[in-house]
Amino acid sequence: MTDRTEKYMGQALKRKEDPRFITGAGQYTDDFVLPGMLHAAMVRSPYAHARITGIDKSSVEEMPGVVAVLTGEDVAAAGAGPIPVGWLLPDLKVPPHHAVAQGEVNHVGDIVAVVVAETRAQAEDAAALLAVDYDALPSVALGSAALEEGAPQVHDDVPGNVAFRWEIGDEAALNEAFNRAHKTVKVKLRNHRLVPNAIEPRASLAQFSPASGEYLLYTTSQNPHIHRLILAAFVLNIPEHKLRVISPDVGGGFGSKIFQYQEEVVVLLAARLLGKPIKWAARRSESFVSDMQGRDHESEAELAVDADGRMLGLRVNTVANLGAYLTLFAPAVPTYLYGTLLNGVYKFPAVHAKVTGVVTNTVPVDAYRGAGRPEATYLIERTVDVMAHELGMDPAEFRRINFIQPDEFPYQTPVALVYDSGNYEPALDMALDMMKYRELRAEQERMKGTNKILGVGVISYLEACGLAPSALVGQLGAQAGQWESSLVRVHPTGKVELYTGSHSHGQGHETAFPQIAADELQIPIEDIDLIHGDTGRMPYGWGTYGSRSAAVGGSALKMALQKITAKAKKIAAHLLEASEEDIEHEGGVFRVRGAPGQQKTFFDVALMAHLAHSLPDGMEPGLEATAFYDPKNFVYPFGTHVAVVEIDTDTGVVKLRDYGCVDDCGPLINPLIAEGQVHGGIAQGAGQALWEDAAYDEEGNFLAGTFMEYAVPRADDLPNFQTDHTVTPSPHNPLGVKGIGEAGTIASTAAVANAVMDALWHECRIAHLDMPYTSEKVWRAIREARQGAGMGQAADD
Amino acid sequence: MNVTVTVNGKAHTRDVEPRTLLVHFLRENLGLTGTHVGCDTSQCGACTVHLNGEAVKSCTVLAVQAGGMEVTTIEGIGTAADLHPLQAGFWEKHGLQCGFCTPGMIMSAAELLRHDPDPSEATIRHHLEGNYCRCTGYHNIVLAVQHAAAAMREREAGQAADD
Ligand code: FES
Ligand code: FES
Repeated sequence: MTDRTEKYMGQALKRKEDPRFITGAGQYTDDFVLPGMLHAAMVRSPYAHARITGIDKSSVEEMPGVVAVLTGEDVAAAGAGPIPVGWLLPDLKVPPHHAVAQGEVNHVGDIVAVVVAETRAQAEDAAALLAVDYDALPSVALGSAALEEGAPQVHDDVPGNVAFRWEIGDEAALNEAFNRAHKTVKVKLRNHRLVPNAIEPRASLAQFSPASGEYLLYTTSQNPHIHRLILAAFVLNIPEHKLRVISPDVGGGFGSKIFQYQEEVVVLLAARLLGKPIKWAARRSESFVSDMQGRDHESEAELAVDADGRMLGLRVNTVANLGAYLTLFAPAVPTYLYGTLLNGVYKFPAVHAKVTGVVTNTVPVDAYRGAGRPEATYLIERTVDVMAHELGMDPAEFRRINFIQPDEFPYQTPVALVYDSGNYEPALDMALDMMKYRELRAEQERMKGTNKILGVGVISYLEACGLAPSALVGQLGAQAGQWESSLVRVHPTGKVELYTGSHSHGQGHETAFPQIAADELQIPIEDIDLIHGDTGRMPYGWGTYGSRSAAVGGSALKMALQKITAKAKKIAAHLLEASEEDIEHEGGVFRVRGAPGQQKTFFDVALMAHLAHSLPDGMEPGLEATAFYDPKNFVYPFGTHVAVVEIDTDTGVVKLRDYGCVDDCGPLINPLIAEGQVHGGIAQGAGQALWEDAAYDEEGNFLAGTFMEYAVPRADDLPNFQTDHTVTPSPHNPLGVKGIGEAGTIASTAAVANAVMDALWHECRIAHLDMPYTSEKVWRAIREARQGAGMGQAADD
Repeated sequence: MNVTVTVNGKAHTRDVEPRTLLVHFLRENLGLTGTHVGCDTSQCGACTVHLNGEAVKSCTVLAVQAGGMEVTTIEGIGTAADLHPLQAGFWEKHGLQCGFCTPGMIMSAAELLRHDPDPSEATIRHHLEGNYCRCTGYHNIVLAVQHAAAAMREREAGQAADD
């Protein structure tokens, strides 16, 4: 394809990266083997809270293959500091988070010691038998319980278990709005805790070279540079350039592979201490107690409306359970990624939110797909539905009359954000049409009173993504910048490598980024490859999370490409002995305007850039450019999702029957990939509403430690999804793109929850139940409501 | 102890600990890392291979149990130059994202298509319930299997016509 008329951007191209995955040739961290490699196994605390009174290394040192046992003391003596928090709120209390516990464990799964042996099986055998003495301490698992008078203290240096108190919005204005209200509703809701469960368990493989003092770390990371920065600068105190972090093929992340984990510190230290490469790979049961968990809010929400059903204000009070330690983004998730999103898509004159961040004896909580925004969306959209039901208004219409209008952008909310662009009604209309909303409502009426009831959940969401701008996140406490970089390297043969600081762990960057480049350079996509995931090869970047890859990384790429084409044009003009202004770059060639035969291909230009036999005066040889892009604002995708559930009132079983959505993330780079992201997101969000629950008992014993107790959605739990989109470009970035990676999850939990509650409201006026909607919970609620209303069967049948 | 397993048509003899699972034998002893480990409770299906033609979770089979048997892994059912219709289907229909579950999905779906050349959506979903995918939401996996089934039926019909 030298003559280019079609654009690559916007095409549903099959992915360039897939051949290796479908043939089993992908290379994930656990697939790597280094010569002389040893294996590490973690000894993990069975207690939620305990003092370690003794570790008897000799109990396992003679076991076959055992090379070393490392305790917290050994790790500290080797110079490892605690793992820092990357986001500091005012007056934040940060308990020390050691790679290996020092004296005290604070959650089930906390690392107590590390056994290194010749094989993985030997390491695990010895780890299981290491003699550790504990004194159990009182423990607490639920955020609100940790705030009670006399609750067990998790850390001595976090009094009352409060890590921070934070608030946003104008409380006086809100109170005034409530005074004027025609009607208010109050909903108490719990956004329960989840385990991300990427199907590839985390793994790390470290090597140390005494000759050069260099470390190499293969690890399951969404952001290798962040890992390098934290490990080198804060934990191990080694020069940053002496640590190369490679995150090769990564089997899903969903946030859980952003953070600095203890095991990465451990393998790097052990590799240096023992002079051998060290590998650790999590068992799934380890993932359950060592991957960061997500959500876990207990909230009260109050919504006020006037006599016309216009929203006047939203009051929110949230207890956010942070778990035993504060991890990388932990303080930001329930505050800036949550509180600032509580305005949703509505014209709220006033919003006020208070968040209390609490430590407990549970696995740390941090960003999980959507990070704060699913929590905000669930809270707003549940509360809006409760109000619509109370008002006797159609929930879709109630939303419609409260939308921010298209001519009101940029829109300043009462909770700090300025929305870039939006047009919410078309998405709502399309979604209602797609799902035949009116007919569903009629069907709902028909089914009433039978043993099958129908529920329709309609939600309209908005998210802030494209995480950056550095100046803003800096003001908010981030100890990091959030721009993105790109390097474009054109080789003499005209083949092109793109390097990005973003990281792909399923998002299809190896296809989407070349699509952007192929259009700008007007060369075949086959000649372009994307390189990512290796701090030794690419320029600095902040990785992939918060749906930032296209909006921030893609924009950086676009800018680097523009530098390439500008230089290429100059070279072509020189070779064609024409003035630069007369050069057209079209159909893959550089032409002199009005002189059809006069042209140079991209290959001619690339070759001459490298041969340098004839370049414009003063021009440097080569054809390579780097760009760093730091946007001025977030981007704000939005959309409407509709879930349809059928509930069997005899059994309480909820079946997700249909699901449809219309999302707007600006122009699509690759619709196939974008749709796939939406599908996966819907499944994860629906999983929270219906099945998934990282349950603890009151003392912090984890009740869902394997896939036997934690229900990840399976193929036969879900329907096919209907998807469509509208296109409202962001005015901020050169591609106009927003983000789509988290939209499905942000929207679907609320949509499915509203569908279930819609059914239960219509059937028996149940206003609210907390997720997940297990059959037992739903069955009991229906039974109690019917009995309460005197419409049940005999109480003792 | 010594075990000989024929993997993708080639016999391999290795000295293994009796407790070695087939999945570890494939990955660590033979370096066939296309078969993945996603759990330790035989729930996720990432490790699915064919043992004497039947799909099994290779984390539930001891290497020694596979002694004298034929194992087919993802590396053995098609190559980049000559894809199995399921591999082509997953590529065509975007049936994968991170690709970690994909080998197991393909091996499991292959068994379904051997028994049922024209499965309905519900049949596919039911058959794949032992294979978790956290990325795709399964929608495109269903399409991928249907796409492959159609391609295989066509190929079959073509062959029948040739005979
Ligand atoms: S690894 Fe075999 S089923 Fe999960
Ligand atoms: S593609 Fe990632 S788990 Fe299926």
